[in-house]
Amino acid sequence: MASEARENVVNPLFNNNPIMLQVLGICSALAVTTNMMAALMMSIALTAVITFSSLFISMIRHHIPTNIRIIVQMTIIASLVIIVDQMLKAFAYDASKQLSVFVGLIITNCIVLGRAEAYAMKNPPMMSMLDGLGNGLGYSLLLMAVAFFRELLGSGSVFGYQVLAVANEGGWYVPNGMMLLPPSAFFVIGLMIWAVRCWKPEQVEKPEYQIHQVHRTETL
Amino acid sequence: MARLRRFLDKIEPQFHKGGPYEKFYALYEMVDTFAYTPSEVTRGSPHVRDGIDLKRTMSFVVLATLPVLMVMLWNTGYQANSAMAAMGMSSLDGWRGWILSTLGIGYDPNSVVGNMFHGLLYFLPMYITTLVAGGICEVIFAAVRNHEVNEGFLVSSMLYTLTLPPSTPLWMVALGIIFGVVIGKEVFGGTGKNFLNPALTGRAFLYFAYPASMSGDAVWNAIDGYSGATPLALAAMGGVEAIKEAGYTWTQTFVGYMPGSIGETSTLAILLGMAFLLYTRIASYRIIFGVFLGMFAMTLLFNLIGSDTNPMFGVPWYWHLTIGGIAFGMVFMATDPVSAAMTNTGRWVYGILIGVMAVLIRVVNPAFPEGIMLAILFANIFAPLIDHFVVQSNIKRRLKRNLAYERN
Repeated sequence: MASEARENVVNPLFNNNPIMLQVLGICSALAVTTNMMAALMMSIALTAVITFSSLFISMIRHHIPTNIRIIVQMTIIASLVIIVDQMLKAFAYDASKQLSVFVGLIITNCIVLGRAEAYAMKNPPMMSMLDGLGNGLGYSLLLMAVAFFRELLGSGSVFGYQVLAVANEGGWYVPNGMMLLPPSAFFVIGLMIWAVRCWKPEQVEKPEYQIHQVHRTETL
Repeated sequence: MARLRRFLDKIEPQFHKGGPYEKFYALYEMVDTFAYTPSEVTRGSPHVRDGIDLKRTMSFVVLATLPVLMVMLWNTGYQANSAMAAMGMSSLDGWRGWILSTLGIGYDPNSVVGNMFHGLLYFLPMYITTLVAGGICEVIFAAVRNHEVNEGFLVSSMLYTLTLPPSTPLWMVALGIIFGVVIGKEVFGGTGKNFLNPALTGRAFLYFAYPASMSGDAVWNAIDGYSGATPLALAAMGGVEAIKEAGYTWTQTFVGYMPGSIGETSTLAILLGMAFLLYTRIASYRIIFGVFLGMFAMTLLFNLIGSDTNPMFGVPWYWHLTIGGIAFGMVFMATDPVSAAMTNTGRWVYGILIGVMAVLIRVVNPAFPEGIMLAILFANIFAPLIDHFVVQSNIKRRLKRNLAYERN
């Protein structure tokens, strides 16, 4: 039991990361990762929502009629999102302004609904909660890593503290403007997926088709 | 040369399987086949009509850039020397100034040799940086992925360098080509599997990452601190009248002594390269004329519509062709056989799409003064889709014909 609980939390970090392996929840990973503070807020918000939505959905899983289960799950998730949104507005107004609609959009985040459908509907509450927590942490890990590279290379700072001296203020580092544009998150996530798959080759999918090789160097 | 051959033969066994430098076989193979025609022959029955191979295709593209290269060297030097004359500078500081004064060449904008030599001092560092930075990436991937380094990289590196403004810092040049080679080509499996043009991918990266060094008025002259708008930027502000007011005639923009990215200025030299590529059938005439047609039609349309607020609407097609990079993109970038459409009908569609998009971006979008780079990358992405529809319609047509035949 204890090992399963541990697995539920640790597995989604690298072995089954919701963004890197399942490639879910990409849109918020593009939108809120230009600076690390926003990414941290978003990570906390999503982890809170997914942990509790998994817990609550699992608690009433025997009472949810199959036909309308998605609607019930959405209602629970939406209520949690509203709570998180109001909390942010009350206690971290600037951050909530910066995140704008993306906190509200946690409702449609595939990871949250995916865990509810795939895990919480079939497993007991404690395990579901840990599973939600693990997936939230997996999402947060990647979000923070992407935000780190984008903020460092795009504006030379980490959490708002200037690390690299920027050229137009007399330093040596010329900020890479593309890192502040959404497409750069695709490049960063892509490179991370590449790196992780070099580290853990079992994550590499089978090729969908094979190009017939005729020009290979035969001497090797 | 026999000595080089003997040396290469002597060290070859060390690069074979089991030899001490087994991992660097790709490096050896690269040097060997750049210098000599490989002795390997095609096995099997490939139905060869002409012995043309990747090597000749790629080398001929590099050859076709020669006229562009010549005018480019002269123009870069001419622009630099003219700027120095205008600013009252008598000599350059740094290593370029040292070389020029040691050789006694001077800074006269009227001297052809002097201009070309001065231009060479800007072009060579950029080109060597491109070759070294991109080459290192190529060799690493070739060694790890177990494929070859081929002449395609010579083409990419040459074309990439020619699309840059003359004042691009060298570290930026290196970063751009590394991005182009790795993200634009190698992650998809190397030469022949890239769906984007690697040279343009690198340039687009620089354009979005460092817009201050890739656009604006200050970057088109090699001399620091000299600012001059390109004819394209002038046209965006005041149409053809503004270009003429600044002292550029159409002939001048056609021959190419004006500021701009180093390789794009001379439409005349580009057309010479185009003639060579068409004669040797390396570039597809369908793509080139498709781009031209698309550009021509779109420009006419805009001329007809007209606009009181946007002077670009009134710029006629022959100006569009000579200012900015449409000619260079049309001849050298759009015709890249890997990233272009593969079917003949598809090539027309692909070319026209590029021409239309290039003019559309130039005229209507105020954020991007030049449209050809984005237009080609856009069409690159659509090329497989275009091919898919051409192939499907062919299948449908033949199926219909067969059914009609069976019914009779």
